[in-house]
Amino acid sequence: MQKVYPFFLEAAWVTILLSVLTAILGLTCGALGAAARLSRFWVLRFIGAAYVSLFRGTPALIQLFILYFGGPQIGIQLDAFEAGVIGLGVNAGAYMTETIRGAIISIDKGQREAARTLGLSQWQAMYKVILPQSMRLMIRPLGVNINALIKATALVAAISVVELTYTAQRYIGSTYKPFEMFLLAGVLYMVIIYVVGKGIAWLDRKVQIT
Amino acid sequence: MGLDFSIIPKYMDVILLGCAWTIGITVAAALLSFVGGIIFAVIALYAPWIVRQPFRLIEWLFMGTPLLLQLFLIYFGLVQIGIDLPAFVAGIIGLGLHFAVYNSELIQTAILAVDKGQMEAARTLGLSRAQALRKVVIPQAVRAVIPPIGNNMIALLKDSALVSVIGVSELTLSAQRVIGKTYRPFEFYMLAAACYYVINLCMEWVQRKIERRISISR
Repeated sequence: MQKVYPFFLEAAWVTILLSVLTAILGLTCGALGAAARLSRFWVLRFIGAAYVSLFRGTPALIQLFILYFGGPQIGIQLDAFEAGVIGLGVNAGAYMTETIRGAIISIDKGQREAARTLGLSQWQAMYKVILPQSMRLMIRPLGVNINALIKATALVAAISVVELTYTAQRYIGSTYKPFEMFLLAGVLYMVIIYVVGKGIAWLDRKVQIT
Repeated sequence: MGLDFSIIPKYMDVILLGCAWTIGITVAAALLSFVGGIIFAVIALYAPWIVRQPFRLIEWLFMGTPLLLQLFLIYFGLVQIGIDLPAFVAGIIGLGLHFAVYNSELIQTAILAVDKGQMEAARTLGLSRAQALRKVVIPQAVRAVIPPIGNNMIALLKDSALVSVIGVSELTLSAQRVIGKTYRPFEFYMLAAACYYVINLCMEWVQRKIERRISISR
């Protein structure tokens, strides 16, 4: 049992790295997606809506498989880790698009109108008036997205990235101790999620005060 | 290797069979998660402390770890204690329990939101606590909670792809099998994605119908 600890810790590190990179890509895609969905141009709105609908409407696992196994057919060669980050990040971005958009449209219309009346441009009104307010509303739900994303990193075990779930699976195979391996991996996931949850709660409090 | 979608019709029957399995597993797991969700919610709210606390721990474990890991535990772990389930049963139980925990959270909130007077009135009319819960409080709570549970069920459909990993021949594994024969991953995973998308749209349509029905009868 003790022999497996180092491997699990190393795997936990891979899971953390995956989560961080996926979250960064997801937030970027989410911000772009939300901007597209709220755009004045119908083409952008359509692209944004299609992005959200397609990526939320199909399993993340299938999206990963298309990218990793199907990618080479259309000239995209990625190693498993890269495919994992890109696949999960773009997928998470679709959920974050809706979170960010929801937070932006829930700001009272009068805020924008008032800002425009005071002579701010469309962009300035968004940047200086709407976004700072919606930022407070979106941190908590984005936290929920990130929590889901950390658990979703387990999927990349299916394309053989050596992260926590893959490691647990591997040692279940060789030790025949599924409960112990599950518990070990499960505890590490919960530690990661707990710490991230605390961080988000802290950020949320920080933003609320100002 | 370029793309060639013309070989799809030849393997369509395998894929459609996979779709049928996916739908079957989703429906079975959805029912389990619904009933389980109600039971879990009642336990969490009304059971004595000694039952509630270990239950909390289980709930916490289910919410804090990935579904894939849970499926591995149920499929491989139960063998360790002598319970050898067929893969699809393990898949249904795993998906069902996982979503039961999420449904339970929703149902708990809904039960607490039902007016206290309802319980009091039912008790005054001579119903026992259990009867009042079963016949008066829970039906009202469940109605309020159907739209968000619908969202969970759509998530369940997508997560049903995970049971392919423990060897259930549903849509994802069917696609994988065909790919093993044809070496055309892009085409067949795209096809699988399209099938999931269509099933998803159907579920959303049903969800809207049910929601409209509820809002009318209210």
